[in-house]
Amino acid sequence: MSLWEYANPRRFMATSSWLLPPLVVLSALLIATGLVWGFFFTPDDFRQGSTVKIIYLHVPAALMAINAWLMMLVCSLIWIIRRHHVSALAARAAAPIGMVMTLIALFTGAIWGKPMWGTYWEWDPRLTSFLILFLFYIGYMALWEAIENPDAAADLTSVLCIVGSVFALLSRYAVLFWNQGLHQGATFSLDKEQNISNVFWYPAVISMAGFVCLFVTLVLYRTRMEIRRRRLHALDARSMAA
Amino acid sequence: MILARILPDLGKYATEVGLAYGVSLGLLALLIGQSLWKGRKIKQRLQQEEKARKGE
Repeated sequence: MSLWEYANPRRFMATSSWLLPPLVVLSALLIATGLVWGFFFTPDDFRQGSTVKIIYLHVPAALMAINAWLMMLVCSLIWIIRRHHVSALAARAAAPIGMVMTLIALFTGAIWGKPMWGTYWEWDPRLTSFLILFLFYIGYMALWEAIENPDAAADLTSVLCIVGSVFALLSRYAVLFWNQGLHQGATFSLDKEQNISNVFWYPAVISMAGFVCLFVTLVLYRTRMEIRRRRLHALDARSMAA
Repeated sequence: MILARILPDLGKYATEVGLAYGVSLGLLALLIGQSLWKGRKIKQRLQQEEKARKGE
C-alpha cells in the first residue's frame, strides 16, 4: 500500500473517521496527565519559583508552533510537485492550530519573562523570529480567504509557506548561532548533564506528547472539514454554471 | 475554599502562573470549539446540498 492512496479524499475520510476517536481520548489523557502532574505535583524551581510550571505549556506550544509550519511546508511541497488536493487542504487546516500554538508560546513566554528577565518583551532573535512566524500564520490564513479559486489559493499560499519556513527554522535555531539574545538554549537535552531535572522532565514530556496528539487530531478533523468545504464549493460552482 | 485547598501554593508568582494557564487553556478551548462549530456547520450545509440534488 502506498502513502499516496491517502491523497484520495474518500480514502482519507474513511481512514480519518476511525482514527479520530482514539486520538481524541489519547490527546485528552496525555494533556490532562501532563498538566495536572506539572501544575499540582512538581516542586518549585530554586531560582524560578513557581513560574517553572509555565514550561508545561510554553515548551509544547512552541514545539508545535514550529512543527506545524514544517508540516505545512511538506504539504505545500507535495501540492506544488504532485498536485494532491488533500495535502493543500491539510496545510490550510493546520494553519489556525499553528497560529494558536504560536500565540500561546508568545504569551506564556512574555508572562514568564517579566519576573525572570524583568521585561515582557525583548527584540531577541528567537522572540523576534517567533513574532514574525505568528504574522506569517495570519498572512497565510488571510491569503487562503482572499482568493476565491481554491487551486490558485493553494499555489500562492504554498509559496508563502516556503518563504515563511525560513522564520520557522530561525525561531528554532536562532539561539544556537545568534549569540546575543536573552532566550536560553534548549530546555531539554538528551545529555543528562544539561537536561532539566527528572521531576520537571517527565510531566513536560507527557505534555509535549499530548500537544502533538492534539495537533494531529485537530489537523485530521479540520482537513475533513476542508474536504467537505471544497466539495460544497464545487457543487455551488456546478449550480452556477447550470 | 475548596479551590484554595486543592491549588498548590504558587507564592509571589501566583498571578503570572494563573494567567499563563488560564489564557492558554482558554485559547485551546476556543480553537477546539471553533473547529467543532465550523466543522458541523459545513457538514450540515453539504448534507442539505446533496439532499437537494438527489431530490431534483
